[in-house]
Amino acid sequence: MPIEVNGKMLETDEEGYLADLNQWEPEAATVMAAAEDQELTDAHWEVINFLREYYEEYQIAPAVRVLTKAIGKKLGKDKGNSKYLYELFPYGPAKQACKYAGLPKPTGCV
Amino acid sequence: MADFEVPVLREYPIIPKLKEGTMAHSSPFVAKPIIQEPLGFPGELLDNWKEVAIEKMGELCGKYRSLQVYLDSCVKCGACTDKCHYYLGTTDPKNMPVARQDLLRKVYRRYFTFAGKYFPKLVGAADLTEEVLDDWYSYFHQCSQCRRCSVFCPYGIDTAEISMAAREIMDAVGKGQKYCNEIIGKVYKIGNNLGLPEPALRDTLEGIEEDVEDDTGVKVRYPLDVKGADVLLVTPSADFFAEPHVDGLIGYGKVFHEAGISWTFSSKASEAANFGMFIGSYENMRRVSMRIREAALELGVKRIVFGECGHAWRVAYSFLNTLAGPFDFLDPRYPVPQHICEVTNGLIKEGKLKFDKSLNDDMKLTFHDSCNVARASRMGDKPGGQFVIPREIIKSCCNYFYDMPADTIHESTYCCGGGGGLLTDDLMELRVKGAMPRMQALKTVVEEHGVTNLVAICAICKSQFAKTLPYYGFDMNSIVSLHQLVSNAIILSDAPKDDDENDDDGDDA
Repeated sequence: MPIEVNGKMLETDEEGYLADLNQWEPEAATVMAAAEDQELTDAHWEVINFLREYYEEYQIAPAVRVLTKAIGKKLGKDKGNSKYLYELFPYGPAKQACKYAGLPKPTGCV
Repeated sequence: MADFEVPVLREYPIIPKLKEGTMAHSSPFVAKPIIQEPLGFPGELLDNWKEVAIEKMGELCGKYRSLQVYLDSCVKCGACTDKCHYYLGTTDPKNMPVARQDLLRKVYRRYFTFAGKYFPKLVGAADLTEEVLDDWYSYFHQCSQCRRCSVFCPYGIDTAEISMAAREIMDAVGKGQKYCNEIIGKVYKIGNNLGLPEPALRDTLEGIEEDVEDDTGVKVRYPLDVKGADVLLVTPSADFFAEPHVDGLIGYGKVFHEAGISWTFSSKASEAANFGMFIGSYENMRRVSMRIREAALELGVKRIVFGECGHAWRVAYSFLNTLAGPFDFLDPRYPVPQHICEVTNGLIKEGKLKFDKSLNDDMKLTFHDSCNVARASRMGDKPGGQFVIPREIIKSCCNYFYDMPADTIHESTYCCGGGGGLLTDDLMELRVKGAMPRMQALKTVVEEHGVTNLVAICAICKSQFAKTLPYYGFDMNSIVSLHQLVSNAIILSDAPKDDDENDDDGDDA
């Protein structure tokens, strides 16, 4: 089911992940979050932006540890843990945050 | 929290009343052509799917005599009916193992037995129709191939094999499961289930080395693609990526470091899992396995050790030699392959690892036997080693350990509810319901002994519990890796004393 972002229809897969990573724009994250009754704060955007940067370089979402460490460095050690990330993204940082960031879903035994 | 009814944990386990069709709607996403084709399967449902399915069934019965024996020999005694965690959690009668088997058996009878060909109604034989295919797709993706039912079957009928055959038939007609088949494709393309490319793997491991050094003051290495290392460690890619998996991986490194064993990961064989088994495909299982052989040869290692992964250990222990052997180029003094738990426990017995057990005193632990380790393999050189060895390790590094009720552990262990290629969000209802019997058993030791944490040696179990524990009122962080306990308590002999700074020369080469 495609989602409407700034007047454009973006294709998604069965679980709502963007079919084409390159079609992502910040508004897409807002639309996806709104559909899940989530409001995106600056704290969410820190995570989303880091995910996109990491993906750009490595073609994969960062491991949980890599993500928590990066967030800890940026926002302070008290936020560099998965508890903080789960508060932001209750369905799991790897899956929910990746979706908002337009990244493919991490697959496997995770 | 859920848009379905979460089973209630009771004072004691019961056999629930049947509710027909409660899980008929449960069906995972079907794989698209782009996922199917690289695995050698038709992209979508073939026009002549019926003929192809029946032909495939005949081929499998000829190739795997066990399958034909299982399809022929059920006497409907009922011993299996209340043994499946999915039946206990969902109350759907088609999740009774015998009923699940019958979905395939009735078609087998119709086309392959004399009585079924001429008097189908008398012998419960049925035509292969679209409804039957839909039932197969739904209910053979409600079996985690855990084999608990087979322990209680007087004939030893193994529903796991029937389920694998059914999935293979469905793949052959173009109706594959997205989750498993997409993942197998990623292993071929990138090298692991996650799709973690070599640079990301290297970056992740470097980050872990930094963390461990910050934490302990010791330069524990997490090496990648090191030629000439003694040990190739093959572990599920979730160990690099997820929690609590990575805490176990940190433990593997500390064990090798303290024992002075040179070891390496491989970016080619950066995955222990082998989903080829879940879909019953020998060809795919073999192709996935061959990476390990190739990596071992290229790196020139002497031993192959597997990390904490349930079904990978089944493939490794039971099939690796015939799939990818012979391994005559490895050091014959060690088993091929070896489980990380065998390595760690062996080192403990030799006195090469020392622990400060009090470092795990914030936890009271119980151990979840993973189905594929418990019922489809062994560990060490004695029968039952797969039950004894992990528990010995836990007791070596923890003061508080309590087993769950006897009918829920060892060979009677319950599946976590997410095994066999079902660990996907589109099956969340099934996963939550299927976790119920394990949660019920956990509740017993929580109440009786104040258990706080559940230990597992399987990536699927860990992810499944992290997700499902909260549905039953437990903390998602109460699932821990076995080597996480080792990591917490191990005494690194080259660690700096409290009063001096990190020493720079603690490497083990």
